[in-house]
Amino acid sequence: MLAWTIYSSFLGAALMMLLPREAVRPARILALFAALLGLVIGLAGMLEGTPGTVRDVVNVPWIPSLGVRFWLAADGISLTLVLLTGLAAVAGVLLSWNIEHRVREFFAFYLVLIGGVYGVFLSFDLFLLFVFYEIAIIPKYFLIAIWGSTRRQYGAMKLALYSFAGSAMVLAGLIAAYVVAGGHSMGVLDLAYTGFPRSFQMWAFPLVFTGFAVLAGLWPLHTWAPTGHVAAPTAASMLLAGVVMKLGAYGCLRVAMVLFPGGMDPWGFTVLGLGSWREVFAVLAVVGIVYGATVALVQKDFKFVIGYSSVSHMGFVLLGLMTLNVIGLSGAVLQMFSHGVIAGLLFAVVGRMVYDRTHTREFDDLRGMGLSRAMPFAAVTFTVAGAASMGLPGFSGFVAELQVLIGSWGAFPALALVTGVGILVGVAFTLRALQQAFFSEASAPTASNETGHLDPISVPERFGAVLLIVASLVIGLRPSLLLDWIVPSFNSPMFDGLKKVGGLWP
Amino acid sequence: MSDFPWITTLTLVPLLGGAFVIGLGEQQQKAARGLALGCSFVALALALLIWSRFDSGSGAFQLEERWDWILNLGVQYRVAVDGLGLLMLLLTALVVPMALLASGGVRERVPIFAGLVLWLEAGLFGTFTALNFFHWFLFWELSLIPAFFLIKLWGGPMRGFAATQFFIYTMAGSVGLLLAFVALRWTLGTFDFVELATKGHEGALSAALASKVGPQAAQWLALGIFAGAFLGLAVKVPLVPLHTWLPAAYAEAPSSVTMLLTGLMSKMGVYGFLRLLLPIFPRETQAVLTPLLWLAVATIVLSAFAAFAQRDLKRLLAYSSINHLGYCLLGAFAAARLGDASVAPALQKAAALDGVLLQMFNHGLTAATLFWFVALIEQRSGGTRGLDDFGGLRKPAPVFCGLMGIAVFSSLGLPGLNGFVGEFLIFKGAFPLATWAAALSAIGLLMTAVFLLTLLLRVFNGPLAERWVRFPDLSRSETIMLGVPVALMLVLGIYPQLLIGAFNNTVLAMIRGMGS
Repeated sequence: MLAWTIYSSFLGAALMMLLPREAVRPARILALFAALLGLVIGLAGMLEGTPGTVRDVVNVPWIPSLGVRFWLAADGISLTLVLLTGLAAVAGVLLSWNIEHRVREFFAFYLVLIGGVYGVFLSFDLFLLFVFYEIAIIPKYFLIAIWGSTRRQYGAMKLALYSFAGSAMVLAGLIAAYVVAGGHSMGVLDLAYTGFPRSFQMWAFPLVFTGFAVLAGLWPLHTWAPTGHVAAPTAASMLLAGVVMKLGAYGCLRVAMVLFPGGMDPWGFTVLGLGSWREVFAVLAVVGIVYGATVALVQKDFKFVIGYSSVSHMGFVLLGLMTLNVIGLSGAVLQMFSHGVIAGLLFAVVGRMVYDRTHTREFDDLRGMGLSRAMPFAAVTFTVAGAASMGLPGFSGFVAELQVLIGSWGAFPALALVTGVGILVGVAFTLRALQQAFFSEASAPTASNETGHLDPISVPERFGAVLLIVASLVIGLRPSLLLDWIVPSFNSPMFDGLKKVGGLWP
Repeated sequence: MSDFPWITTLTLVPLLGGAFVIGLGEQQQKAARGLALGCSFVALALALLIWSRFDSGSGAFQLEERWDWILNLGVQYRVAVDGLGLLMLLLTALVVPMALLASGGVRERVPIFAGLVLWLEAGLFGTFTALNFFHWFLFWELSLIPAFFLIKLWGGPMRGFAATQFFIYTMAGSVGLLLAFVALRWTLGTFDFVELATKGHEGALSAALASKVGPQAAQWLALGIFAGAFLGLAVKVPLVPLHTWLPAAYAEAPSSVTMLLTGLMSKMGVYGFLRLLLPIFPRETQAVLTPLLWLAVATIVLSAFAAFAQRDLKRLLAYSSINHLGYCLLGAFAAARLGDASVAPALQKAAALDGVLLQMFNHGLTAATLFWFVALIEQRSGGTRGLDDFGGLRKPAPVFCGLMGIAVFSSLGLPGLNGFVGEFLIFKGAFPLATWAAALSAIGLLMTAVFLLTLLLRVFNGPLAERWVRFPDLSRSETIMLGVPVALMLVLGIYPQLLIGAFNNTVLAMIRGMGS
């Protein structure tokens, strides 16, 4: 059943190309339908499964001579991210309702991207996972290059090059693992149980982890993210920040950490006070948290603020992964979900509600427009999204960051303190963006004449925004809904290797 | 009916009411005001009902509701009141309708204003009843958002700056709190305040830390955790030198919002000291008690001098608020001191803590009333509120001056009025426990009298300026509305037992918990 999330997206893309060129409305409705189908199937998959088990969906030989299988399966982590993809996909379609230029192709690329993402989250064969991973890169490029805004060619190319460089590292690591394991299978479970030699893990882990982490916005390899997010059309930035960055984080967890846990053992010596790859990546994650927030604080372009905030928030995911205890790891997965929803919401406000109406994202211009009066719905949505983004309790981000913080107190107390600084700067930049864009009174008297012509917020926009707000609130107030799925997943023997390294497994 | 979730209902009334009121249209000003006021009166009735069901013979938590919430994090939804919580509920339920009645000066976006005030009330109710860090923090932060917007959207000329400064300061404190409790969760494995207090009493924190990081580092780490929590609470009260956000915020906020800020939100900080800091960190408090006492003294004395130097009524009262809350902390820290046996510490501590609780309530009532009067002055004078701009107002507005005079005297602690009893008890307890600190704080008492009397002289006495000849006196409805809190000041001044009786047993339980 879950496999149909992938099939329905690709099928939707194929059908899209069969529509006549001028069929704008049917294209939108078809895209919405395909996205909704994915969301419903994801929800159904949660309802019919039992937490703590890995459920095979499809498992048939694909390239027998290489031992490659078409193997889709899901555990609680996959399901959480499938659900996130469904939510982001539906909200993305609703917020690109106003696209008029080459609508068919836009939604076709969009659905291919969604299908690829579902594929990555559900693949338990690493060859298959890699194929889907690459499939997801191509439409990203076109979505940005064709429908994007500011410096779209540059943004698209940078994103594609970074992604491909990352994939190359992943591919090299995977092939090496395949060969070292004897060349029988690419199944993640088979490879996880192989027990690679320690010296091999020591270089394969950083290689594959970094390869995936490029897409997760690991500092200092994050620079594609802000430019890509800014250049992308709204729906694409929502997916890019909301889901595609999660591909990287998911790969770090599912592939790099599961296959090469020994790579996180101490080296036996220290460089600059760091004694293992685990500490290196944890420090980079925290640098990303603080750096992303600090840079976001000084941006002049509204969308760049959100772009850098994604770097900061993804730092929490990577930090959570490096804690290697259940509370930190499940916090990382929850943060993936939470950031997906919240970043989607923020980009929806900035890209769709504000930019598509005012045609500017410069704070200097927005300040004079009195947008809180002209667009109260957008102002309220951004206030709520900002509150969620700064980690206020009641929203999903708080529970996730709380868990990551608890986990990192156990693993790296000093880093937990620095993270606190990052949270505070996060509050500051959100507040600044909120004030500059919506609640500034620089020229309130002239505002009314200037902004009188802004279109009202449309119904699809409202639905999309409310969907995401509700998702963040529900998980914030009732995190057990997802945690009951995520936490038992870590009992799978797949994570036995991590348990040994972590040592703090309760 | 005994199992009816009274406390949750109390929190939900303003929360849902606020959501409804915000949904009203811009034109429905009257409806919004009426509904919000109605909600706040329902909340007041519920709070009184909770009081009537509260057994003051026991210092334990009562009317408890407890459900599992997030099992993976060990979070329970747990609310209950003891004497301290009850007192704060009553104060909140009392001050919010006062603030709503005083908000006549707000004419723009009234439904949103009234809704935000109700949400603030919900956040306060939640903060004062939550016994688990998770949702305590939720409400603690929830109250911050409405407060920010209340300043930001309806404040004076410098509101943007004031609101941002207020928000950032408080958030910095909140991050400290968050990190501290995350660390507690990591070492002691719980977010529950009662369990944490039990463990704190047993000294489990340093022991658990020592097993994780070694005894040497444990001591410092425990102090660090303490410092994080302290920071969060001290900003909110505020303690000198973390107070610099306050004068701007209090002065720029519309006076009705300042009533909430000073009357209620500052109490969140003091409440946090009593509920969290002292019970959970008894040993760490002991270790740094002397600096803490000096901080309290500095807060009392410096803010009194600063108030004396102010020329703006609101800023003067803002500094006066810092000063009055300083007494609360002086009393609380003195009560935390391990006294020598010769001074019968338990008795003194009980006096000091009784005084602290009483002072919290009294200051909330008095300061809110004073800012209400300032709101009326602003309405009548078209925004003028400089100390030197008035004079001789008692001639055109005798009732106004009479009632406000009572409130001012209550604030400076005249015997017979409510302010006196609290301060008297604090000093009675603090003198034997922390003699020098109490003695120095007496300078603050003196200065308070000086600047408050100056206020009375400048505004009400002296030659009447030409422009104020027609300064309108209180109307009959205003007299009735303001008469209620002023009457309450008299009642509590003469019969403080009304409140002390409700929380005395809680105070005794707290002292046992602190382990004298």
